[in-house]
Amino acid sequence: MSLRLPKGGRLIDRDKRVVFSFNGKRLTGFAGDTLASALMGSGQRIMGRSFKYHRPRGVVASGVEEPNALVNLGKGKTHEPNQRATTTEIFQGLQATSQNHWPSLSWDIGEVNALIPRFLPAGFYYKTFIHPRPFWKHVFEPFIRQSAGLGKAPDPKLQDPDRYEQFYAHTDLVIAGGGIAGLQAALEAGRSGAQVILCEQSAHWGGRAPVDGVEIEGQPAEVWIKNAVDTLEKMENIHLRLRCMVAGVYDHGYVLAYERVSDHAPQDDVVRHRLWRIRSRHVIAATGALERPLSFAGNDKPGVMLASAVRDHVVNYGSAPGERVVIVTNNDDAYRTALVLAEAGLTVPCVVDARARAEGALPKAVRARGIRVLAGMGISNIKGLRGVVAAQLCRQDGAGEVIEDVICDAVAMSGGWSPVVHLWSHCGGKLLWEKENSFFRPDPDKPPTDQNGEGFVICAGAANGALHAGQTLEDALNSTRKSLQDLNMPVSDQAFLKVSVPEEEKLEPVWIMPAKAGPKKRAKMWLDFQNDVKVSDVQLAAREGYESVEHTKRYTTLGMATDQGKLSNINGLAVLAGALGAEIPQVGTTTFRPPYAPISMGAIAGEARGALFQPLRRTPIQGWHEDNGAHFEPVGYWRRPYCFPRKGESHRDAVNREILAVRNGVGLLDASTLGKIIVKGPDAGRFLDMLYTNVMSSLKPGKCRYGLMCSENGFLMDDGVVARLDEETFLVHTTTGGADRIHAHMEDWLQCEWWDWKVYTANVTEAFAQIAVVGPKARALLNKIGADIDLSKEALPFMGWAEGRIGGFDARVFRISFSGELSFEIAVPASQGRAFWDKLLEAGAEFGATPYGTEALHVMRAEKGFIMIGDETDGTVIPQDLGLDWAISKKKDDYLGKRAQERSHMADPERWKLVGLETLDGSVLPDGSYALDEGVNENGQGNTQGRVTSTYFSPTLGRGIAMGLVRHGPDRMGEVIAFNTTKPAAKGAAPKTIKARIVSPVFYDPEGEKQNV
Amino acid sequence: MRRYSAFAIARQAFRHHEGWERAWRSPEPKARYDVVIVGAGGHGLATAYYLGKNHGIRNVAVIEKGWLGGGNTGRNTTIIRSNYLQDPSAAIYEKARSLYETLSQDLNYNVMFSPRGVMMLAQTEHEIRGYQRTAHANALQGVATEFISPRRVKELCPIINLDGPRYPVLGALWQPRGGTARHDAVAWGYARACSDIGMDIIQQTEVTGVQREGGQVVGIDTTRGPIACGKLGIVVAGHSGVMAERAGFRLPIESVALQALVSEPIKPVMDVVVMANTVHGYMSQSDKGEMVIGGGADGYNNYTQRGSFHHVEETVRALIETFPIISRLKMLRWWGGIVDMTGDRSPIISKTPVEGVFVNCGWGTGGFKAIPGSGWAMAELMAKGHSPLADAFSLDRFREGRFIDESVAAGVAH
Ligand SMILES: Cc1cc2nc3c(=O)[nH]c(=O)nc-3n(C[C@H](O)[C@H](O)[C@H](O)COP(=O)(O)OP(=O)(O)OC[C@H]3O[C@@H](n4cnc5c(N)ncnc54)[C@H](O)[C@@H]3O)c2cc1C
Repeated sequence: MSLRLPKGGRLIDRDKRVVFSFNGKRLTGFAGDTLASALMGSGQRIMGRSFKYHRPRGVVASGVEEPNALVNLGKGKTHEPNQRATTTEIFQGLQATSQNHWPSLSWDIGEVNALIPRFLPAGFYYKTFIHPRPFWKHVFEPFIRQSAGLGKAPDPKLQDPDRYEQFYAHTDLVIAGGGIAGLQAALEAGRSGAQVILCEQSAHWGGRAPVDGVEIEGQPAEVWIKNAVDTLEKMENIHLRLRCMVAGVYDHGYVLAYERVSDHAPQDDVVRHRLWRIRSRHVIAATGALERPLSFAGNDKPGVMLASAVRDHVVNYGSAPGERVVIVTNNDDAYRTALVLAEAGLTVPCVVDARARAEGALPKAVRARGIRVLAGMGISNIKGLRGVVAAQLCRQDGAGEVIEDVICDAVAMSGGWSPVVHLWSHCGGKLLWEKENSFFRPDPDKPPTDQNGEGFVICAGAANGALHAGQTLEDALNSTRKSLQDLNMPVSDQAFLKVSVPEEEKLEPVWIMPAKAGPKKRAKMWLDFQNDVKVSDVQLAAREGYESVEHTKRYTTLGMATDQGKLSNINGLAVLAGALGAEIPQVGTTTFRPPYAPISMGAIAGEARGALFQPLRRTPIQGWHEDNGAHFEPVGYWRRPYCFPRKGESHRDAVNREILAVRNGVGLLDASTLGKIIVKGPDAGRFLDMLYTNVMSSLKPGKCRYGLMCSENGFLMDDGVVARLDEETFLVHTTTGGADRIHAHMEDWLQCEWWDWKVYTANVTEAFAQIAVVGPKARALLNKIGADIDLSKEALPFMGWAEGRIGGFDARVFRISFSGELSFEIAVPASQGRAFWDKLLEAGAEFGATPYGTEALHVMRAEKGFIMIGDETDGTVIPQDLGLDWAISKKKDDYLGKRAQERSHMADPERWKLVGLETLDGSVLPDGSYALDEGVNENGQGNTQGRVTSTYFSPTLGRGIAMGLVRHGPDRMGEVIAFNTTKPAAKGAAPKTIKARIVSPVFYDPEGEKQNV
Repeated sequence: MRRYSAFAIARQAFRHHEGWERAWRSPEPKARYDVVIVGAGGHGLATAYYLGKNHGIRNVAVIEKGWLGGGNTGRNTTIIRSNYLQDPSAAIYEKARSLYETLSQDLNYNVMFSPRGVMMLAQTEHEIRGYQRTAHANALQGVATEFISPRRVKELCPIINLDGPRYPVLGALWQPRGGTARHDAVAWGYARACSDIGMDIIQQTEVTGVQREGGQVVGIDTTRGPIACGKLGIVVAGHSGVMAERAGFRLPIESVALQALVSEPIKPVMDVVVMANTVHGYMSQSDKGEMVIGGGADGYNNYTQRGSFHHVEETVRALIETFPIISRLKMLRWWGGIVDMTGDRSPIISKTPVEGVFVNCGWGTGGFKAIPGSGWAMAELMAKGHSPLADAFSLDRFREGRFIDESVAAGVAH
């Protein structure tokens, strides 16, 4: 039974009890506990269930690498699935529940999967569930989905109440890992004056050294660590972050670090996670090493743990997985665990050492304590159903004949250590296999390189393969100096620190225990605990030809669990290499990718959520719209009023009312979102002549001209009115959605191609409020508020503009119209926009001045046959398709899109061309409907001869009107063609079709009598 | 080939699964093949398979520089749909989708095609009109789609947030028989079937050159020596530009990184695939329980299979708006693939300036769904010199300006 020891636990405060709950049961732990240590201390052995077979699982590790002890944390709004118990610090009131079982943790129906694993080998689902066909979707898949998954999903009705934030930093060095190597690196870098951010993922400095009994300069590591941290805290150039994991390293020294600010002490108003986005010249990865499990039958039972994790729990938290702990190892390090357990008063019945000899200082010390050391031995099997009852011993070089049953309630295993090379590898650093120690470590000749082709990640200490404390500190100092020298920073001449640790003898690689285990045993040796991948599965993959590591990984799911193979990968590769008769380095590793351990989506999104998700752009008049019940539609980053429904009015009614008000009186449109770009300079005219299909350079100051802009491929991309302000200055109006895009387009050409032209551009969209005063009474309204500009037809004709004061406001007036009515578009400084709007409304009351929205605007332009970018165009339409040939200069040598428009398909007379469409019955054609043609094409698709591009109910005409593109359309006036719908005429019948007559696209005032007044 | 079935598994169970044979052989290359396909991704393998199955051409090698299926085929988010706008696209994607329906039976390999339904959210008025247009086009193309109301959206996907503060969900284009499949299984299933009909799949071998005589292909150089061939199919996705150069011509292709990520697994909460193009992200839940997430491609050209954080950040933001529950999930795995983009975002299945050399590429961000149809069309083109499904996708279209632009309908095309 797991238990809390009567004393010990360097990280807990036995005076501070913390009450928490697990599966509804009230338990107590101590301040400083992790959830895993507190559960262990409360006698809770089973903490979770495995993924595939739903086998009972206890904690196996002591950090982010934990694959088993994952829990649902919190309740309701703060519920979070898949929290590692080993990295969860407990706090008063913490609520955790176990996951992936039904009905309960101890009795799980899914466990039947565990009785039949022989029928569910790796990749079984690729080979079965093939017949009958509909069964996959309806029977097998739903079953698999239900039994898979781990934690419970958050409740979709609740919102995450927590805050997340992102910080940006630029620094010389990021040091990942606050063990002795990281601290040593920080001290050296600190002395050199470098700016350093030192990140430690756990809540404590010092890493493994204090647990492993290391002495530095004649004192326990703990003392040196404390001094080091004190020194670092005083250095202004050093920034220390605890609970902050370096998650990823990217090109150009970009680093992501994930700080769990308040997970350990949740409070309102304190951010939960903080994501650091750092540009660093170098990254020092002092990320340590992870212990590997051993592969023996039954190694997944609750109570079997990594030897280092057992040690961590005893030393750090005074918790132990059992009272009688068998140790099984292939190296000397695990003997430390025997010593720690003995010291704590627990029984170690024996140390099972797979090596033929165990004569190092540590084994000797263990023997000296009277503990049996059995060399050349292994574990044949672990007895026990939901925990460990006995370890059955055998010879390591045999097939597993049991020599002895050793009664025990826990097993501590060690298969050696693997440097944590993830951060080295994220950006392409290569590894080499060090046979001597059986691990991959960074290949110093093949580092990840920066923009200058120089290495920018340096591994230090255990992460660099320097596992033993003495080497660790030396390596950390050397690596840091190398980094500082590369950065042209001074290095110190401090001597290496004196470290005393017992000498260790060589480890002997053991990938399968015992070496000649038969198929039955190999099917019980777990490699990936969470995903239930066993030695036999990897061997099956190899047998079936899934020989590349990537194939094996994907076929078996090895290393794809939430620990991302931190415990399983090297063991898995070694088994694969064995099965293929290849060397481990030939097989290679899978790719290491960020994040090092999972990070919250909340942190990735940061503060950009809800209202801050995307900036909402507001016109100066937005407040009025909001106060007056506007119904909004998103247009780019803006929200524009679609219409202003009055009480009891539908949107449709409102739109119709607004249109009639404009056509018969006067309407007001907030056109402030319209793009406004100043193009200025001696070459401005020449530049616009290239951008537009027509000539702009000949425009006279005081005049406006409508123009079309095409992409290089000849397609129409924007349109608008250009006004010439003076000899050198043009004001370009773009569509609302186009402003930023067109400005970028201009800059692209100016900066990349015509960099020697003397032109400057400025996007002044938001500097002006623009209001369109539209309708037969528009002039009367403006004259009423008074203007020092002559607004008469003669003085300011259609397509003219003038500057002056209107109603006391500084204004520019453009005589342009998108509705076919008499129209003045008036720009005033943004700060005066609202006042000007209010003034117009007030003065307009007597003329029935009516604010109108985008939908009325659209209908009116369609009545008038004006095209709309995004409706009549879709990126495949050229101006010629729209009958806009008049706006294409024949005189110019060149403009963007000209050459493209000469290509054969662009000049094809079969292209669909713009027409107006009137349904025979007056109804409104559906949006996006296609004009039907006879027969089907070679691929069996119904032939078409055109399509609807805009379609509306016209209140002016009292009927449906549409614009569309039709093959030979302009030559087919009066012809009736059929359009498709998606609605069946009757149940089960073919969809209805609608007949429409081809007409001119100009439905309203074809002579332009209304706008030219 | 021994057939896969539940009975085969049961039989093997009693032999500790020691009697399974290799899924595909690992042969030494022969001196000559009638057809060589470069690239053992889904498209290359499917091309080979249909050359054998539909046209009886079996002296075929598929040559792969890494491990088969290790390119984009093994890196994508497995969305399958055919609700494309333009006729040629709808034709080939619907052909592919319909082949997916029976692919497991065809290949005797469970590719886990799961027609759980794909919806593309409309979040602006403009998008509504766009998808209504697609629905009308699909009706004539024989693709079953429907424009559905926000209410129906919520019924089909309860975790969606219909009225986020920024872009309310106004409806969706729904393809009930769209869905997902298991990407690796598609590559492996085709590979096993190809190997079974006598084709050679040669892995860990890079094609380094194309031998030509009088404008006609006669063979290739590889890292394992020269191989003669009658016809050559280049099907290498992100490396198409590189291979074309080796064959002596140029392609209008840019290679950029496209990224995807998954959350840690949770119990099932989402049975459909949702794409939100205005905010730029999409999500589905895998059979393992992971939320599978993707967005747009990086803005710069790149061959590293590593992407930038910034794009992923945007995608995750968009999806937290759309599916607030993911805020408290954690990102588990995150990867990138190099996708091959054409100017009009449609693929190239075409003859080339070198006689006997054909290319199949440009699938960009959305070619997984096309694998069976693309293989079908490419095989027909290589065998007969013409394929109705492929004709519109020829290289000529760039010269003629005959683009097949799908960006009209979808901002994020997967
Ligand atoms: C993150 C991401 C998400 C995606 N999501 C989707 C999705 O949801 N739905 C969808 O339909 N599509 C999606 N796609 C796109 C899809 O993955 C690809 O379009 C498709 O897989 C391409 O297949 P392929 O066979 O053409 O290329 P690949 O699978 O890349 O195969 C090309 C092969 O050619 C090999 N090769 C290259 N050069 C040589 C040489 N000289 N010699 C020999 N071999 C060579 C490569 O090693 C590679 O194996 C996504 C892509 C990515 C990256």
